Amino acid sequence: MIALIRSDLLPARTPRLCFALAMALCLAPFMSRAQDTTHAVRIGLTYQPGTKPGVIVLAVRGAWGDSIQGIIARDLDYGDRVEVIGLPGTPAASSLEGIGPGVSYPLWKSLNAAAAVQATVTSSGVHVAVHDVTGRKIVQVADFPLPPTGGSTEWRLAVHGVADEVEQWITGTRGVAQTRILFVRGGRVYVVDSDGFGERLISDAGLSLSPAWAPDGHTISYSVLGSRGWSIVTKDVAGGAGHTLPSTTTGLNTTPAFSPNGLTLAYSHGDEAGTDLMLVDLAGGGPRRITVGHGSDNTSPEFSPNGRRIAFTSGRAGHPEVYIMDVDGSNVELLTPFNFGDQNYRSNPDWAPDAQHIAFESQIGGIFQIMVISLRDRSVKQLTSEGVNEDPAWAPDARHLVFTSSRTGVKQLFILDSESGRARQLTHAGGARLAAWSRSLGHGR
Amino acid sequence: MNARSLYAVSSIAAVLALGACHKKVAPAPAPAPAPTQAAPAPPPPPPTTAAPTNTGADMASARDAARASLTAPIYFDLDSDALSDADRASLDAKVGILNASPGVKIRVAGHTDERGSDEYNLALGQRRAAAAKRYLTQHGVPDASIDIISYGEEHPAMDGHDEAAWSKNRRDEFEITAGADALKPAAQ
Repeated sequence: MIALIRSDLLPARTPRLCFALAMALCLAPFMSRAQDTTHAVRIGLTYQPGTKPGVIVLAVRGAWGDSIQGIIARDLDYGDRVEVIGLPGTPAASSLEGIGPGVSYPLWKSLNAAAAVQATVTSSGVHVAVHDVTGRKIVQVADFPLPPTGGSTEWRLAVHGVADEVEQWITGTRGVAQTRILFVRGGRVYVVDSDGFGERLISDAGLSLSPAWAPDGHTISYSVLGSRGWSIVTKDVAGGAGHTLPSTTTGLNTTPAFSPNGLTLAYSHGDEAGTDLMLVDLAGGGPRRITVGHGSDNTSPEFSPNGRRIAFTSGRAGHPEVYIMDVDGSNVELLTPFNFGDQNYRSNPDWAPDAQHIAFESQIGGIFQIMVISLRDRSVKQLTSEGVNEDPAWAPDARHLVFTSSRTGVKQLFILDSESGRARQLTHAGGARLAAWSRSLGHGR
Repeated sequence: MNARSLYAVSSIAAVLALGACHKKVAPAPAPAPAPTQAAPAPPPPPPTTAAPTNTGADMASARDAARASLTAPIYFDLDSDALSDADRASLDAKVGILNASPGVKIRVAGHTDERGSDEYNLALGQRRAAAAKRYLTQHGVPDASIDIISYGEEHPAMDGHDEAAWSKNRRDEFEITAGADALKPAAQ
């Protein structure tokens, strides 16, 4: 599969992207799910090296056609790997509107499109063809079933899956539109689609924080304030009662994180002698303490993609920094170096699905900004500068990040393309924070 | 607890309070506390008018004063759970009241300012609450009389995004959870 990536198709950032792609394909099982529906291969488009390929999403006739066209075009735009092209002269706001459904290679060529996406409504869903504009031919086709409930939440999720597959055909990397994001608003846990639609309340009564996804894509966990303290709850995002983790009924129990195999939960437990990280088997059994904080605070664990290491925040050096360690608590290593006496601190790590990067928040003059550190050479890159920016969480593509930003005056979620720096606002009402990004949600739910 | 042991605990607490000892003290109420060094006299416990001849109004007033003293917050420096001299004086007053008021239970709630990580601040608030409880139990208050909770930065006392607000939000609050009717001023 990797061998199919043609170097003349890749933009200037090729080496890093190519490596990230290779890692993602090797390490992330959900990436290979694209093979389940179609024999997805990278199609041989021709376009200017160093630019994003121009893509036209043709208008779609039939029931819900406008919605299908709009969702695919916006998903491709949000994916930041292609340039979605509209008709010349159209206002920017409507640039994602479809161009007439007829096949017209000369017109598409004049608009600098490398590919055109042609979707046709069928009795069971949608048929999609991708045209190579230069080669004047169809290079990929597939049929996608859609739920009969046009416009519903599950229908939208399925259309996002079509867009992600098309993005894979064109760019070689599956899109991340068919995902959902958990967050906290007003002390309750909500879920929202990656494009900002379908927001709904998930948590029950009680101040709830720090939601996390299980790798199954539907079990979640978060911490809830009760009369005796903070406990850890697991719940199905589709509904049903929450279950309190038996080992978390007293004291401070926060920041749950599922292991990549879904069998173990890491969380922080505080009592009168500091806050330490614990591991507990979800099938049963007592918790095991994996940090020895000597009264310091150890919180916000996140597993590495292979489940063997944990990144976390610890105050053991006198102020919070990000550390990494083996999952049994051994080989603790300071990840974020600091200058002695530095009043700024670093916290909230999130391990990228490519296994090569960890995002975290770092205070600069007391103001948090989103940073990414490479585990390869420990180089650090600052990704934000406007307002207070915190709580980063990676998308399954290890390229996009969701985070909390105060840049509009109220804490809201933004999504950032770590390659281009392009950001978009995900939530708009009532404030939002502490986001967690799901895996790709194709197949089934 | 019988009257004698209650008196013993109160006496120990009073001696400790007078000593304003900053060292950690074994929680066990030994018959004779280790002699403490002379130290600057701490602020005396809140004056009370409690006396056998008190009227009901006087007693209510004394109880209100004790309640105000027991529930007075204490404040912390940025990212710190260290108790200041003012915090210790406030906690010493609470020791006197709690030891004079068996049956009264309190909850210490640790809070932080809005800066810092939301998640880390829960642990910091926990540490602040634990610091106050540790001081109280080291000065003779029974462990079972105190529980602790952290609200992190979730419940600020004062809105605002400057040090004036932040300094009021880095705090422990003290809530009476049982026996409020049994509240008595500290023994003289």
